[in-house]
Amino acid sequence: MKAKRWVKYICTRLFYMALTLFIITSATFFLMNALPGTPYNNQDRLTQAQLDMLNKKYGFDRPLFERYINYLGNVLHGDFGVSLQFSDQPVATLLSQRMGPSLQLGLQAVLFGSLVGVFLGVIAAMHQNRALDVFCSLFAITGRSVPNFVVAVLLQYIFAVTLKVLPIGLWDDGFRSTILPTLALSISPMAESCRFIRTEMVEVLSSDYIELARAKGMSEIRIAFTHGLRNGLIPLITVLGPMTVSLMTGSLVVENIFAVPGIGEQFTKSILSNDYYTIMAVTILFSALLVVVIFLTDILYQIIDPRVRIEGVQ
Amino acid sequence: MPDTAILQVSHLSVSFDTYAGKVEAVRDISFALHRGETLALVGESGCGKSVTCRSIMRLLARNANVDAGEILFSGEDLLKKSNRAMRDIRGGKIAMIFQDPMTSLDPTMKIGKQIAEAVRLHRDVSRREANARAEELLSLVGIDEPTRRYHQYPHEFSGGQRQRIVIAIALAADPEILIADEPTTALDVTMQAQIIDLIRDIQKKTGTSVIFITHDLGVVANVADRVAVMYAGRIVEIGLSDEVFYDPRHPYTWGLLASMPTLATDSETLYAIPGTPPTLIHPAPGDAFAPRNPYALEADRIKEPPLFQVSDTHYAATWLLDPRAPKVYPPESIRQRQAAYQKRQEEKEAREHG
Amino acid sequence: MSQISQQLMDDSAFVPAQVRREEAEPELPRALSFLEDSWRKLRKNRAAVVTMILLVIITVLAFLAPVISPYDPNEQHLVWKNLPPKWPGVNISGLNGTSTFRGKQVDNYAMANVPEGTCFLFGTDEFGRDLLSRCLWGTRISLTIAFIAALLDLTIGIAYGLTSAMKGGRTDTIMQRILEILAGIPSLVLVVLMLLVFEPGITSIILAMVISSWIPMARVVRAEALRLKQMEYVQAARALGASEVKIALSHILPNISGIVIVRAMFSIPTAIFFETFLSFLGVGMKIPNASIGTLLNSGYKVFKLYPYQMFIPALILCVIMLSFNLFADGLRDVFDPKMKE
Repeated sequence: MKAKRWVKYICTRLFYMALTLFIITSATFFLMNALPGTPYNNQDRLTQAQLDMLNKKYGFDRPLFERYINYLGNVLHGDFGVSLQFSDQPVATLLSQRMGPSLQLGLQAVLFGSLVGVFLGVIAAMHQNRALDVFCSLFAITGRSVPNFVVAVLLQYIFAVTLKVLPIGLWDDGFRSTILPTLALSISPMAESCRFIRTEMVEVLSSDYIELARAKGMSEIRIAFTHGLRNGLIPLITVLGPMTVSLMTGSLVVENIFAVPGIGEQFTKSILSNDYYTIMAVTILFSALLVVVIFLTDILYQIIDPRVRIEGVQ
Repeated sequence: MPDTAILQVSHLSVSFDTYAGKVEAVRDISFALHRGETLALVGESGCGKSVTCRSIMRLLARNANVDAGEILFSGEDLLKKSNRAMRDIRGGKIAMIFQDPMTSLDPTMKIGKQIAEAVRLHRDVSRREANARAEELLSLVGIDEPTRRYHQYPHEFSGGQRQRIVIAIALAADPEILIADEPTTALDVTMQAQIIDLIRDIQKKTGTSVIFITHDLGVVANVADRVAVMYAGRIVEIGLSDEVFYDPRHPYTWGLLASMPTLATDSETLYAIPGTPPTLIHPAPGDAFAPRNPYALEADRIKEPPLFQVSDTHYAATWLLDPRAPKVYPPESIRQRQAAYQKRQEEKEAREHG
Repeated sequence: MSQISQQLMDDSAFVPAQVRREEAEPELPRALSFLEDSWRKLRKNRAAVVTMILLVIITVLAFLAPVISPYDPNEQHLVWKNLPPKWPGVNISGLNGTSTFRGKQVDNYAMANVPEGTCFLFGTDEFGRDLLSRCLWGTRISLTIAFIAALLDLTIGIAYGLTSAMKGGRTDTIMQRILEILAGIPSLVLVVLMLLVFEPGITSIILAMVISSWIPMARVVRAEALRLKQMEYVQAARALGASEVKIALSHILPNISGIVIVRAMFSIPTAIFFETFLSFLGVGMKIPNASIGTLLNSGYKVFKLYPYQMFIPALILCVIMLSFNLFADGLRDVFDPKMKE
């Protein structure tokens, strides 16, 4: 019975995920086709005859609907078209080369950011309304308020331009060149998880079972990091979705500022040059990532929390 | 007081700093807990009974101050102990059971582990030994199949079972004193009886002294050797169970007893004490109960009554016990109680002599 | 013990006391109105009060930009380009109009032949435009965009959420499905796409942002409305024959206003962030129109040489963001202490 409900739940969710992606793909396609100008990089120097030829070559002379159906079919086969700016490279190849740096930065930032954030959040909750709490909360709210591109520029200015201890950018110095972009990207997950954990922990630490743990004779530190964190961490899973979004957003500018050859940098390059297929592919990729993260978050939450576990799927 | 006291609370005063002002939650109370006895602290919510017990455990909220008094446990003042020393006493020598079993257990930890954790905090034993002890405790508090249930989470147990588990945690280190803070309030009536039986049973087996906090006099009658009635942060009457139940002297105790349904009550309506307890921010001079007390004397408005001695073991704080006070008659139901009790005492004496 | 009391009290005290009802039932303090109560609580939060004052000052300055800005923000003085900040009477490096050039301290104002007494408090940019004026005008545009976007969020979110909750049944299910699908779209990417298609400008930026940002508001409103719908007073109103529209507007909306206000406050800094972000990327406001984002964008291009051109707008942005967040936090503690996210 329980297994049946799970299967039904997962199938429904998968259906809606597919629907979401379909709608996003379609919307992107039609939006892109409403774009002014042409996608060719030397459009000013092209004659009408040359334009016609190019349009024929890339299939832009066909009716819109026909191209739409074609595009959908191609996407299903993993063919996202060719980049018109980067010497007709298939977009799928182009992006898969750029996936590595973005993934590495994203994971590093999430790991570092949430570890520090959780630690600060626990400390803040343990010292509720005292100096350490005010300090941690102020840090969290500053992290939330200062946009990541400002942080990135500031870090670059301090550590690369002024102190010259870390590379100013580019992806050619191994781990060292990942430090600054990771730091810049990690500010937002750090602030987010610090605030979240603090709120959760304040609630958890005032609960009866914490009082019972105190009555058992446990020390405050041990209570906070065993019973407290256990219960406070579970809801943190729910911020994974918003965190992914902010990382994607952040990667657009941070990768640019540090000249990281990642998806974000590719996307900004493409939007400034009307590179149809690349823009569409990145949009679909980002949406797919977000949809999958939200789905995994929900599933994970139900698996991990023993309270929800027995009731199964709400 | 005889020298059997295991815990001696003297002149304890506790206040809370709140936005509205300083709340004097416990005002100069003294009592002793004897070895092996069960002492019940009775009173309405907010009368300071929980605060008293939390002071003993040193588990008061951060805005609480102990203004005066001492709490002697085996000759040492608990209020002067370091936090580290206090941690060894908490759960080790003095254990506590809380009101709501539904929220007292960590929902994300196996219950066996929660018990074993308490064992290992106070006993230098291996993980395996602690687990064995946890299972032993589970069967002691009446949980069947302890080996299987060890690995279950709190939500897989009923309220009554969870309270049994909380009791098992409290017993983990064979405490000398068990403080039960309204342990049956959140349970339904049949469960209440079972939990009370369990506590009595355990007390018989282990010889633990128990402080039993409740607002329900009906519960007290079943468990307590002695009863202390609290009102507005003070003990207004303290005595052996029989004395408080059948020969109460304080008008507040009269009110409590009269508002308790019994099989003998013949009248259709239950008595209710008029009014509400006072706020304890700048309490007015005089007896805090005076405004709600139909038997109040002018003296009650002027000065707080001291504890008058009724018998060796029985004290009550009311000016009615002053020799100058006019003779007052307690409510009808109380007089019936006194009469029934007197008759029983006489019969007992007669039996002993004859 | 009775000995002592005898000294303090004579026998006349030992008579039954007069019954005074008012003592048994102490009078409760006067009830405060919703606004009074909120204001009292908010006043206790020092950070909220300070940031509120700060925000009022910033807003007033920004909206008075046409009156108070010392120069025309678009007026170019190519000879006076890239002058560092100079404050009359202040002689601190960085604020006295000098800069270090090839290891030597030089007076840029003298070199550019700026008349004595002419000071640019924030310096000038690469076209010799006064940065202070540009910051004032830029803040004005950024704030305008943020306020209008927040207002639209509020309106659409309330309308959608209330409709969904009050209609219930199939309508609710369908409306929720739509929300779920929209929530799967990475809003920033969508906004960027919208801006590529439409002519960049205040209107298109606002519209592009609002397309996805009203979703959280709609969700909160729906959840709260559903909760309130179950309350007895709403049931009573319904039993008395009040129409659904009347119930929604006069019984439910006032009771969710606190939460809605808090949400709207949080959506202002988000909107400011989006605007600066988009302009920084180069798809938002188009140069020469100043917004904080475009100022950052042009400042970034020269920040290795003239860091003040980037850091002054960045500082303004941070102060505004921080103030809005702190103020919104304060409001949340007053109106919606349980809110987590």
